[in-house]
Amino acid sequence: MKAIAAALAVCTSFLAVSVVLAWTQNSGKPPVAAAPKYDPAIYAELQKAPEKARNRANPLQNDPDAVAAGAILFEQHCAECHGHSAEGSRKAPSLLAPEVQSATPGTLFWLLTNGVVRKKMPVWSKLPEPQRWQLVRYIKSLGGPAPEAESPAPKP
Amino acid sequence: MAPFCRLVAIGSFCRLVFLGILLLSLLPVFAPPAALAQENPYFVAYDHYLEEPGNLEIEYFSTFGTQRGGNNFHAYWVEFEYGATAWWTTELYLDGQTTFNDSTVFTGFRWENRVRPLKHEHFINPILYVEYENKNGADKILKEGEGHDVESDFLVPNAEARKEHLHEIELKLILSSTFKGWNFTQNTLAAKDLSNSPWEFGYALGASRPLALKASAKRCTLCPQNFVAGVEMYGGLGDRHSFGLHHTSHYLAPALVWNLPSGWTLRISPGFGLNDNSHRFLLRWGVSREIAGFGSMVSWLFRGRK
Repeated sequence: MKAIAAALAVCTSFLAVSVVLAWTQNSGKPPVAAAPKYDPAIYAELQKAPEKARNRANPLQNDPDAVAAGAILFEQHCAECHGHSAEGSRKAPSLLAPEVQSATPGTLFWLLTNGVVRKKMPVWSKLPEPQRWQLVRYIKSLGGPAPEAESPAPKP
Repeated sequence: MAPFCRLVAIGSFCRLVFLGILLLSLLPVFAPPAALAQENPYFVAYDHYLEEPGNLEIEYFSTFGTQRGGNNFHAYWVEFEYGATAWWTTELYLDGQTTFNDSTVFTGFRWENRVRPLKHEHFINPILYVEYENKNGADKILKEGEGHDVESDFLVPNAEARKEHLHEIELKLILSSTFKGWNFTQNTLAAKDLSNSPWEFGYALGASRPLALKASAKRCTLCPQNFVAGVEMYGGLGDRHSFGLHHTSHYLAPALVWNLPSGWTLRISPGFGLNDNSHRFLLRWGVSREIAGFGSMVSWLFRGRK
């Protein structure tokens, strides 16, 4: 009987925590602080892309469905850290920043493929190559200059 | 709970039931928000992709196995896989099994760690794997092929087999490559019981590919990109005193995974023994759910609200 009582007590306490968590999540105050202030140095990772990678063109640049598909992929894989509108969060920087929006599609693709594993950004090569290009199309559609006007990243 | 267990004479099964109740009560705490997992279909082989940092994946797996000269069995395990960082994933396993016409027993736990030593993606990507296993001789989950493990080892009745206690260290070198949507992986295994036993060796090979490489522009559950099909092969390579294929078991297993947009992942894999030392047939299936931001939620609970 003691074991049953202990089990019930443990389960009840977890359920109580559930209720508290549900209440806090519905109260409009997210558990993580929404203060996306990032060290600009984080964007320096983009400059590490090799020239060959930077100059790669997006093969889905003219695919009419790429942005919509990329938006779904972004919500499924990226929004948790970068925010639902890519505005950034405590976990990961904003993708609306000029450093990201002015980067070439090839640079963003390279960063997605390699991640920044020492700075919490996972490797995303598990997404097939076309899906990574779809994500790049979506990210670039969020507020960067038109593809023709994109300035390539400076040579190291 | 204990008198009930004695009453129905199912012993350790009660512990599993208790654990199940505990897990079910935990689920509502951590259920939202789920993350879409992009998993490969392997049950035994590992690729070079680690859990996203801060995410927890709760996984349940089953293995039904046939047994010549004895009773078939159903082994199962629960995994808690946590992305500690983008280069380190740590995982806890709880294992059990039911041997038909015999009994149900809890067979032990494992603590596994996978570390990515290189910063960038390469054509071949190494992962270092270290696992500690605390299990008993009734373990039948067949999570790896090693040493001279063969089908006849499983004939020992549970009551006798569970008296044997094993403390084992397992090391793996995982070499994995992704090329044009295909993943190829090769795992080399070395395991040692911490008693005076020789090092044992094993291998696992895997290949897989999503059914479609481009994502659909519409939300869908049955889109081909949500399915990944593959095949894996694994087996033992003997031990330090008798390295090779003599008296070892080997399996070939096609596998399919369905990554649902809701965050659930379903896997199935029929496996076939390749020689007389192997079980003729293994049917594996599994279900998992990835919980995004688990680490943040836990740290927030202990940090308090600002």
